[in-house]
Amino acid sequence: MKTGLILLAPLLGLLWTAPALFLSTAPAWAVNPDEMLADPLLEKRAREISKVLRCLVCQNQSIDDSDADLAKDLRIIVRQRLTAGDSDTAVIDYVVARYGDFVLLKPPFKGATLVLWLGPAVIAGLGLWAMVVFLRRHSGQGGGPGDRQGGGTQAATGARAASRPRPAPLTEDEKKRLAKLLKEDGR
Amino acid sequence: MIPEIGHFALILALLVAFVQATMPMVGAHRGNHAWMAISRPAALAQLGLVAVAFGCLTQAYVTSDFSVLNVVQNSHTAKPLLYKISGVWGNHEGSLLLWVLILALFGSAVALFGTNLPPGLRARVLSVQAMIAVGFYLFMLLTSNPFERIFPVPINGNDLNPLLQDPGLAFHPPMLYLGYVGFSMAFSFAIAALIEGRVDAAWARWVRPWTLAAWCFLTAGITLGSWWAYYELGWGGWWFWDPVENASFMPWLAGTALLHSSTVVEKRDTLKGWTILLAIVTFSLSLLGTFLVRSGVLTSVHAFATDPARGVFILGLLIVVIGGSLALFAWRGPALVSTGVFQPISREGALLFNNLVMATAAAAVLLGTLYPLLLDAVGGGKVSVGAPFFNAVFIPLMVPMIVAMAIGPMLSWKRADLKPALSRLWVAGLVMIVAMIAVWAVETDGPFMGVIGIGLAAWLFMGILSELAGRIRLFQGPLSESLSRLRRTPRAAWGMTMAHLGLAVAIAGMTGAGAWKTESIQAMKPGDTVSIAGYDFVFDGARSGTGPNYSILSGTFRVIRDGRLVTMLYPEKRIYDVSQQPTTEAAIHSTFLGDLYAVIGDEDETGAFVTRIYFNPLVGWMWTGVLIMVFGGVLSLSDRRHRVGAPAKRGAGLAQAAGA
Amino acid sequence: MSKRAIYLAPLSVFLLMAVYFAIGLTKDPKILPSALIDKPVPEFSLPPIDNGTPQGYGKGFSSADLKAGGISVVNVFASWCLPCRTEHPFVTKLAKMKVAKVYGLNFKDAPKYSLKWLKELGDPYDAIGADPKGRVGIDWGVYGIPETFIVDGAGKIRFKYVGPMNGDILENQILPVIEKLKR
Repeated sequence: MKTGLILLAPLLGLLWTAPALFLSTAPAWAVNPDEMLADPLLEKRAREISKVLRCLVCQNQSIDDSDADLAKDLRIIVRQRLTAGDSDTAVIDYVVARYGDFVLLKPPFKGATLVLWLGPAVIAGLGLWAMVVFLRRHSGQGGGPGDRQGGGTQAATGARAASRPRPAPLTEDEKKRLAKLLKEDGR
Repeated sequence: MIPEIGHFALILALLVAFVQATMPMVGAHRGNHAWMAISRPAALAQLGLVAVAFGCLTQAYVTSDFSVLNVVQNSHTAKPLLYKISGVWGNHEGSLLLWVLILALFGSAVALFGTNLPPGLRARVLSVQAMIAVGFYLFMLLTSNPFERIFPVPINGNDLNPLLQDPGLAFHPPMLYLGYVGFSMAFSFAIAALIEGRVDAAWARWVRPWTLAAWCFLTAGITLGSWWAYYELGWGGWWFWDPVENASFMPWLAGTALLHSSTVVEKRDTLKGWTILLAIVTFSLSLLGTFLVRSGVLTSVHAFATDPARGVFILGLLIVVIGGSLALFAWRGPALVSTGVFQPISREGALLFNNLVMATAAAAVLLGTLYPLLLDAVGGGKVSVGAPFFNAVFIPLMVPMIVAMAIGPMLSWKRADLKPALSRLWVAGLVMIVAMIAVWAVETDGPFMGVIGIGLAAWLFMGILSELAGRIRLFQGPLSESLSRLRRTPRAAWGMTMAHLGLAVAIAGMTGAGAWKTESIQAMKPGDTVSIAGYDFVFDGARSGTGPNYSILSGTFRVIRDGRLVTMLYPEKRIYDVSQQPTTEAAIHSTFLGDLYAVIGDEDETGAFVTRIYFNPLVGWMWTGVLIMVFGGVLSLSDRRHRVGAPAKRGAGLAQAAGA
Repeated sequence: MSKRAIYLAPLSVFLLMAVYFAIGLTKDPKILPSALIDKPVPEFSLPPIDNGTPQGYGKGFSSADLKAGGISVVNVFASWCLPCRTEHPFVTKLAKMKVAKVYGLNFKDAPKYSLKWLKELGDPYDAIGADPKGRVGIDWGVYGIPETFIVDGAGKIRFKYVGPMNGDILENQILPVIEKLKR
């Protein structure tokens, strides 16, 4: 421990060295009744907003789930802003202005997160493309990369795997066993 | 004295592993049978030595030997015996010891039961296993020695983190590690195959049981963790897309893909390079999962043992293991020849689609988990990637896969026709539509995702039943004929059916728990009643008590429905004596349609207690579904054809040739 | 794309990742940059610590003080914060150098304890403002104390350090920024 300090994170026993974070010793289990708004619609909006704001000191929880002091303060601020008539985005902007994009559990779509948001689609696209290329090569019309040396013209469908040319040919004994093996399994 | 024996056993294990890593590999290369044969006794010796080390640490924990630093940091005399034992692996050093113990167990299993493996392949597999072990022993001995002494000896220990003092978390790490380490078998087989330059149906069969077993353990391990979070964290959440959860989920996704692609290798002699790559990636993700938590590069709520100083060693190990194996793949992979013809509309086509989705999902989770790190490394600032991102990316990926999952098993190998398959799915389609309408009508203000989720679950469930009905020709002939077909269905086929059915049930559960959870948070005085989801929760008050090493505040709720008592609930709040850290123990009563879930909190000045009451719909379906999935895996594992030491007759000669 | 290139792709992706991991090891994931760097200080006015007298203790300060010209250091502290204790000598050292006005933002603290703390360790601050509810601290984006801000003469936040200051940080991070702003 760099500074010899261990503070107990009430929720998950996170051992924290410096700095001292807003962690009180008496935990308040996430949203408390005394924080809640009387108007159920406003309260519901507050809960939804709280779910997308990160509790900074917990590193991976929303302020709605967290017991940390800072999370509680932010929950109260969210409710105060809502009561004052702010829109949902205005409330979120208010918090982001103070703590930066880091508080958003759903990162905003912008330059720095372009790779993050487009990544999965690009990966899926690449995968799909690779699958199509693979299927084209192997669907029996042309030779696959492995068949290029000589098997390309062979009528593929129904050809026994073992009878096709390959660099390391099987022995007769192996072929028999392989055929038996495949037969045994073909349901 | 005993800790020194443990330490010494670890050093010996390192030496044995070093011998096992080198000599059999060289022997296999030169065809030297004596050198190859060393692998078996070496693997058994490793197990013996690691077991001694593990036993020594356990002894230190059980007897509360506070001259051992690890025990001081994680134990206390007042701790119940179960948690003294589980405390052995409830920390960084001890969990590594558990890791190598399981690795040695798997190694010995190959040595003992792998008699049907060609000697060359077995020698190489065990050699690769030992290489992994060397890395871990070195890591432990150089940076994380569990047997380190402390002087002067403290009077008592710091106790184990109270959140880990729970049966769910006592068994979560061993299960998870059995999964992670189990994938090392597929990895070792893949490396051995790359060295031999040969992947065939027999290879796929040898790998399959290991992969399947690892998959079962990992599935169970992840679920245990999730279940623990559900009842322990006190707000009914069960999955948070936390980096550490993701770290265990990524190998699961890749491992599931591997399970499916290895079938294609086995039946159709194709997708070889891809399957080898998946085996490498799955284990690499397991390693990442083990280390991501420990290196301190990512911080998360789970980070109970981060230490950046170890990071460098971990990174080095990852580069050697993952980088080395991927380099071998780049070098030797192109030599693997696939001969099978591949039609898009076929069983293998469907399995390929599964692989596409699973691999994409794993990559997306990896991207999301590491993105904050990547962005920070290029100076792009700090961002958070939380549950909203993962849900937005993951769910759309799963929808087409679940749709396809009902169709895939109906397609035959090689070349299939989509039309008859689809025509058999009309029942499933009908049930899906009925289910969706029903849900839409009942849950009028829930999210639309709920309707889709239940619809998909119904579609998948009925689709699989239709496939089973078709397989046994139900209603197409005499019933006796169908029944005898049912009996003759191989266990592996049953396993698939069960696993897929389990997923359908689990999807329904996840949907219900995610979409229609209702909650009520309030301050209650004794006698107060809260109504939620048609149940009245009457608060009868709270009393204090003491547990073995904590004090308790226990609340009493009577749950009443239609004037009848349904159940009593006794949620607890505990304060652990040593750390003064509180935990919640939710009281849960499961019903067919959902869980009644109560949590008690602090008392305020007016004598009222903060209480949280939840109705978590269909949560039980989630756990049941996963249980069915694991059961399916075990069933498939018990199939004669997949059994580890199964009949040496088939494939043995073929493999012998391969090994020579 | 050649077959060889496809088989090399996984290795390349991994090596790229490993580079990022290596860089990541040098960074502390717990330290957040301030969203307020190069932004004007938030509007606030903090009273002195309540010591029972009408004028209170520590004068109090407001955003106007920080905009009055001259470089200021705003140090967020509390008596309950253990690392604040370890950094106290260095705050004192900084204050004695008279290179900048040093303000203390007494964060979420009980007056009784903060007064005792200041009496025991000494009061290095040119002025102290009490923020018992922590609202001003949140406007400053405070998430873990101690935190130290450097504000330029125009009232813009130019630097933030999270965690306890020590000799090294004072010499190599705080003072250079102040020097630069002076020029």
